[in-house]
Amino acid sequence: MRMLRSLLASLALLLAGGVTLSAATDRFQAFTTESARRLAVRQHPAEIPDVALQLQSGANIRFADFRGKWLLVDFIYTRCPTYCRALGGEFAQLQDRLAGPLAHGKLQLLSISFDPNHDTPRQLAAYLQRSRDRGAGWFASRPVEADALERLERAFGITVIPDGAGGYTHNAAIHLVDPRGRLVAIFDADDPRLAGRVLLQNVDR
Amino acid sequence: MTGYWQRHPIDVSACAFLVLLAPPVKHALEASMTAQMLLQIPLLVGVGCLLSRAIPARARAIAADWNDRGITGLVLASVASAFWMLPRTLDAAVTEPLIDAAKYFSVPLLIGLPFALSWPRMGFIVRGVFLVEFIATFFRLGWLYLIWPERLCNVYLLDDQQRLGQCMLLIGAALFLAVAAKLVWGRFDSLVASHPTSTSPTR
Repeated sequence: MRMLRSLLASLALLLAGGVTLSAATDRFQAFTTESARRLAVRQHPAEIPDVALQLQSGANIRFADFRGKWLLVDFIYTRCPTYCRALGGEFAQLQDRLAGPLAHGKLQLLSISFDPNHDTPRQLAAYLQRSRDRGAGWFASRPVEADALERLERAFGITVIPDGAGGYTHNAAIHLVDPRGRLVAIFDADDPRLAGRVLLQNVDR
Repeated sequence: MTGYWQRHPIDVSACAFLVLLAPPVKHALEASMTAQMLLQIPLLVGVGCLLSRAIPARARAIAADWNDRGITGLVLASVASAFWMLPRTLDAAVTEPLIDAAKYFSVPLLIGLPFALSWPRMGFIVRGVFLVEFIATFFRLGWLYLIWPERLCNVYLLDDQQRLGQCMLLIGAALFLAVAAKLVWGRFDSLVASHPTSTSPTR
């Protein structure tokens, strides 16, 4: 009797545990926060808040001003010694690869700094120059309102932590925002070809 | 010989729980992946284990009726452990206060408590299977954390993840040596004598 009861209880617990683990991993598809956020935006595009951004030219712009264009967005801090320099290079490559849509005003490349106190327009301009900006369709920007950075990080799912050496570590990626201002896809930062291909497919459609 | 903590399990586990909940302690233990997985969660498991000593005999007997050879409790503790081993939930426990609260209650109550109630009921084979799987988990996860080239948790650094991997491999090796030493030189008669199902009238 005790054995039977224990068997039933164990099976019930296994079932409940399986359901819980399945729910916690999006049906065993996403075990990390990063894969979860990529899956989530594919299934439910995330609305990006309309915050104010200051560009490398010093001009102010609002996120909603990009409505009607596709956006490729990355998050940066210009003091980053290693990884972001590579990511800057990826955006320069995308400028070449996506010259058509950029020239027709269908696409904008946008780098957003999560270190706005340090990244003044002057620093942002220097960052673009260092990253071999081709001079077409790439803005570097910083959020200017008090809570804008937090709202952007929350909407995009960006986590920034100190790296213990004076810099930051963050989940770097290339983010695709559609003309309605919704985050619809996230690509590996080191895979600009895929980001470019998906963008071209969407622009042509 | 009984220590203070054995005679006053509720006081001691409540104190330990409150210390773990104190913001400076909590912050320090969640600041690194290594500390969260190898200190904070095991200490919360310990709180639950201690709490099991405060369970009255009647409740203990009812639980035992559903816990033949400790299997049910072991299943519950294993499933709950698996949940708190997901990189996603480690992240969420740091960034989402609700998930953090769920961790503080579910780790003692769904891992520590059922495990402590079940361990004395497990026979030699169940204990052996559990220990092999427990040690293997340290090796599997330790190896994964050590070699994985990317961060598995967004809130923790890669070198932290690799240090956790090294620590888990060391702990796995130490546990393995301890179990091996016990098998070679240890005595197991106490284990058979204390096995409650052999004298239980309800079977």
